[in-house]
Amino acid sequence: MDVILFTFFALVAIVGAVNLVLQKHPISSALSLVAVMVALSVLFLLLGAEFIAAAQLVVYAGAIMVLFVFVIMLLNAGAERESRKGGFAQFLGLPLTAILLVFASYVITQSMSNAKAVKFGAFSGGGPREVGWELFTRYLLPFEVTSILILIAIAGAVVLARKEID
Amino acid sequence: MSQLLPPEFFTATVPLNAYLILSAILFAIGAFGFMFRKNIITIYMCIELMLNAVNLSFVTFSYQFGKVDGQIYSFFVMVVAAAEAAVGLAIILTIFRNRGTLQIDEIDTLKN
Amino acid sequence: MDFILLSILKTAIAAPVLLGTLAYLVWIERKVLAHVQLRMGPSRVGPHGLLQPIADAIKLLTKEDFIPSYVNHVYYWLAPWLALMFAVTAMSVIPIGPIVEIFGVKTNMGQADISIGLLLILGLTGMGVYGIALAGWSSNNKYSLLGGLRSSAQMISYELPMAIAIASPLLIVNSLNLREIVNGQAGYVFGIIPNWNAVGGLQIFSFIIYLICAFAETNRIPFDLPEAENELVSGYNTEYSSMKFAAFFMAEYANIITACSVATTLFLGGWHPIIPNELGGQFIPTLICFFFAGVLFYHALNPARPSDRLSMGVIGAIILGIGLMFQVPVVKDLAQPLFWFASKVGFLIFLFIWVRGTVPRFRYDQLMRFAWLVLFPAALVNLLLTAFVVAAKSN
Repeated sequence: MDVILFTFFALVAIVGAVNLVLQKHPISSALSLVAVMVALSVLFLLLGAEFIAAAQLVVYAGAIMVLFVFVIMLLNAGAERESRKGGFAQFLGLPLTAILLVFASYVITQSMSNAKAVKFGAFSGGGPREVGWELFTRYLLPFEVTSILILIAIAGAVVLARKEID
Repeated sequence: MSQLLPPEFFTATVPLNAYLILSAILFAIGAFGFMFRKNIITIYMCIELMLNAVNLSFVTFSYQFGKVDGQIYSFFVMVVAAAEAAVGLAIILTIFRNRGTLQIDEIDTLKN
Repeated sequence: MDFILLSILKTAIAAPVLLGTLAYLVWIERKVLAHVQLRMGPSRVGPHGLLQPIADAIKLLTKEDFIPSYVNHVYYWLAPWLALMFAVTAMSVIPIGPIVEIFGVKTNMGQADISIGLLLILGLTGMGVYGIALAGWSSNNKYSLLGGLRSSAQMISYELPMAIAIASPLLIVNSLNLREIVNGQAGYVFGIIPNWNAVGGLQIFSFIIYLICAFAETNRIPFDLPEAENELVSGYNTEYSSMKFAAFFMAEYANIITACSVATTLFLGGWHPIIPNELGGQFIPTLICFFFAGVLFYHALNPARPSDRLSMGVIGAIILGIGLMFQVPVVKDLAQPLFWFASKVGFLIFLFIWVRGTVPRFRYDQLMRFAWLVLFPAALVNLLLTAFVVAAKSN
């Protein structure tokens, strides 16, 4: 069962990611990214991280991507046009990405040879209680600093997106 | 009905490396899109894809070591991504208002 | 494997009940709205218009499915089903009764008992924005786009005070699991006053703030400018017809049921009776059913129109039977929590419909100003005060 769920949602994530990169219109890319995030949320659930799975749905897929979709609809910029080619470099892109991937996979499998097998329900420390405890005791300073960061981001976004009144 | 399925159906597990390799694949696809797309918003979404891939790898490591710290880092990555998305999209809006285009090829001078 | 079979069985029971409730919610809304406006609602199709939802369903299904040529076909088709899917999925985590044992199988009355149930509901209502935004955008029409964007902006603006209003009783209950939240409201203070979250203390303000945000999330009056017929030519569902329009319609009512169910679970004590069972609470469902059956029999004996004699009599007899069923020992443990939950949700839905008939709608800028300048600070202050009270009580 774990294997079926993992394979299905991993495939959804990869297909969504490839679709994100290949689509011409930004709104199709945005919706593919939402599909990737929902698939990742289920994968987090499989890894026992319940709170992070729910937070991924609420924050990432439900707020950040809505913001993206909003901006794309407001700007209404249309599909991407063909532009000046990149010369020789455009043929290097895909092979170099593949090499990056193979190298990363090799390093991972070599260094994590004693990795545990992932079984649904094996890790029970991901609930809101445990995450909240750590967040408010060990990681209290980063937590407060991120609240200031969000305040700065709000102020910045409001100032930047304001229409100039001449 | 449980007898109709082989016992491996219930006990088969996924190796941890599979999650890490999935994270690497998503990161590589995001990096590829980041370098080769021309629309600013699509580039921004590839950055978000890379951040998500890193989140997956943090949570995987949290599972491996049995501690919740990886999930806390993942939480902070999400918060920072949210703040960054807000400010970045405001910047993109301003660029669109001033230059009238979203193709980065055409936004290549500092002056108008 | 048994878990999967049990879940499929529960879905097979719950899905038709939910869809039937959606259909008859339309009837209830039209009748209640009509009586608020001093007229009768649908009364021709079947006795008292009871077959009206079926007539509406047949009408919507057999209408011509007109797809304009200028729409973006993929998203035009996808949007209503996205809206419906997220609205109905959120119902699956809400518990409607305690853990019961039927034929030896111990299960909870609710589809799924998740430890992060409340966060999941917040997430799914947040994802419901996509259906509306996509519908507005894919219709390739100024009014739809404006309606879709306004509706999405309204929904995400009101999600914030809603989440904070939900967080206030969570401080008291200390769990995100909806079943535990209901069980935390189980006792009775002074033996007679129920220990619900909305009764006594600051949480009444959380309840009010949550209800106002629920009105806005479900696009109901007074916040329904994005879909008002006389403002924006019906907003984001202008270009939709037949089955897809029905899907949006159903999604809106499913959102209403979900919002009322969450309010019941968090603030009104879920499936717990209003008077303790020992003091006679177990007879209340039966007494209420007998009262309604009595009213119906009276109207059957003094009919306002000739067909009333039969229809009122039959419905009265059915309700009498249901009232008697509440006392049968085996069924009692299943049926009574269901009755209390359904009646509380029903009262809140009646409140939604009542407000629709009574209150004028907000202008869009008044709506957004209300969210950011009134509700959001009020919710924050409420959370702060609740935190103080909880901290003071625990010392």
